[in-house]
Amino acid sequence: MSAADITPDETRRPFAWRRVRLGDLVLQGIAGAAAAAAVVLVGLITWKLIEGAWPSVTKFGLHFLIRTAWNPVIGKEVFGAASFLFGTAITSLIALALAAPLAIGVALFLTELAPRVLRAPVTALVETLAAIPSVVIGLWGIYVLGPILRDDVEPGLHSALGFIPLFGPPSSSGSSIFTAIVVLTIMILPIVASITRELFLGVPREQKEGALALGTTRWEMVRGVMFPYARGGIAAALILGLGRAVGEAIAVTQVIGGGVFIHWNLFDTGDTLASKIAASYQGAATNLEVASLVYLALILLVFSLLANLSAQWVVRRVGRRQGIGLRRGGAG
Amino acid sequence: MSSHNLTQAVLRAEGLPRRRATNRLMEALAWLAAAVAVGLLVLVVWSVARRGWSELNLDLITKTPTSGFLATGKQGLANAFAGTLVIVLVATLMALPTGVLVAVYLNEFAPPAIRNAVSVTLDVLNGIPAIVIGIFVYGLFVLGHGQSALAGAFALAVIMLPLVARSTMEVLALVPSSLREASLALGVPRWRTTLSVVLPQTVGGIVTGTTLAVARAAGETAPLLFTSSIVGTNVHWNPHHALQSIPVAIFELSESPDPQDHARAWAAALVLLLFILFASLGARWLATRSRRKLAASR
Repeated sequence: MSAADITPDETRRPFAWRRVRLGDLVLQGIAGAAAAAAVVLVGLITWKLIEGAWPSVTKFGLHFLIRTAWNPVIGKEVFGAASFLFGTAITSLIALALAAPLAIGVALFLTELAPRVLRAPVTALVETLAAIPSVVIGLWGIYVLGPILRDDVEPGLHSALGFIPLFGPPSSSGSSIFTAIVVLTIMILPIVASITRELFLGVPREQKEGALALGTTRWEMVRGVMFPYARGGIAAALILGLGRAVGEAIAVTQVIGGGVFIHWNLFDTGDTLASKIAASYQGAATNLEVASLVYLALILLVFSLLANLSAQWVVRRVGRRQGIGLRRGGAG
Repeated sequence: MSSHNLTQAVLRAEGLPRRRATNRLMEALAWLAAAVAVGLLVLVVWSVARRGWSELNLDLITKTPTSGFLATGKQGLANAFAGTLVIVLVATLMALPTGVLVAVYLNEFAPPAIRNAVSVTLDVLNGIPAIVIGIFVYGLFVLGHGQSALAGAFALAVIMLPLVARSTMEVLALVPSSLREASLALGVPRWRTTLSVVLPQTVGGIVTGTTLAVARAAGETAPLLFTSSIVGTNVHWNPHHALQSIPVAIFELSESPDPQDHARAWAAALVLLLFILFASLGARWLATRSRRKLAASR
């Protein structure tokens, strides 16, 4: 509370408005306008995307979501997002499933296990991983990760687990849904890890020490005290990680290979909503194709809004009790 | 095992060897996870350094790429370096003042309800995928007016705005209210208190936040694909034209069939990575320094 708020005499005085200073009004007005602009911006983004997608929305309606086709040939134009929705779901969900235990492990290491000398440097390194631009991760994905996966990992998984449709014949180029999954895992790991680390740091020391004093092992303390305490926050962190994976365009475009079809073979090529948009930047053929690309972006926008608001809702619900805020960061 | 059973087991010290073994296994897995995370970073940085090093020379910054089949001799990415400089500079000029003003309003003036609502909006803005921002700016400016570095810079500014605002809010919250009260008690008007007493305390934090935002923006490809990617090979500085940028150049070169192009992509990636690493480290160092200063003044 500032001093201006705690001088009740002044507010009771007649002609209190005389005391309002022009400078205060100006600064408050300019700063308020900037804040309003930030809010308007989100509305404007939504509006522009709806407007841009409108030709496609009116032509294809919600069938757009379940049709597997992307045919820009004039006269026979048909567009549908089903294969991209499928590609987005399979890449981001598997990436999240791989990144979640890793991220929680990293967070536990940083808060509970790491020797004091390692704590700060490893935290910095994990955050640096989040700062690497996606185009650089993608470049690395094409020429380093892709060939490794193609030559050393995919044949092994195929021969051992080939009876599961997910592990089909390996790709010939190194571009595959699997490469995209690994790239996405690398990109969301540091984000989930750094949020989870902050949550773990917020666990009250008395509770942790209390559990240990009762004779639990460290892992039992983690499971019995830290996980229940941070559960809501970890859920929010995972939602944010998922949102990040779903929205990642560049690195995925570089390694996923493209294609409009639904199949279960992780080692074949595919496309996600975001990668399809990024891959089409060199010019869509017709207005309807442009509108359909904007429609894809609109789906992404709606998903990111829902993911963010639900994560914030979870945080607010549990955060009120714990006094923890979530911060996000990283390059995209 | 439910927590009740766990409590029973703990109290009676049952199955201690097995529980100790589980504990050791889990600790080992956490060490492994940390090793994997650090290993991945080392692997990426080392790959980029090894492959980019050979092409890293002055030609990269001073020469332009030659287009066509007759391309011979030394080539560089001077146009991309110039473009990134212009685009990021203009984006910073847009995002920095706006972001600081948003933070000042939220921290110094806004009633709690508005403060919450706008904070949520900033987080939402931060969560919108970069490619969606690119499509938005495409619809807003590029349709009808064509691509330009200004449009690209606006897209990057949209990404930087919540980062700058957030970090400024964090340092503003650290400024002790006794400082504001002392100034107000001396009869200094609120706006002057804010501008000349409160804000100077936060310069370190604002610089940190802006540096991180610049590091983030300099590496963004997706917002520029639809706003500033149809470019020539010459060096231009005029932001009214579409300008090449380092991330877009890396993106295009990485998909080229020519191995020479790949080498330049790696070199450009190395430069970008070095810039981002130094910027983040510098920001981190500044942050601890200014935070310590603020904490001491409390």
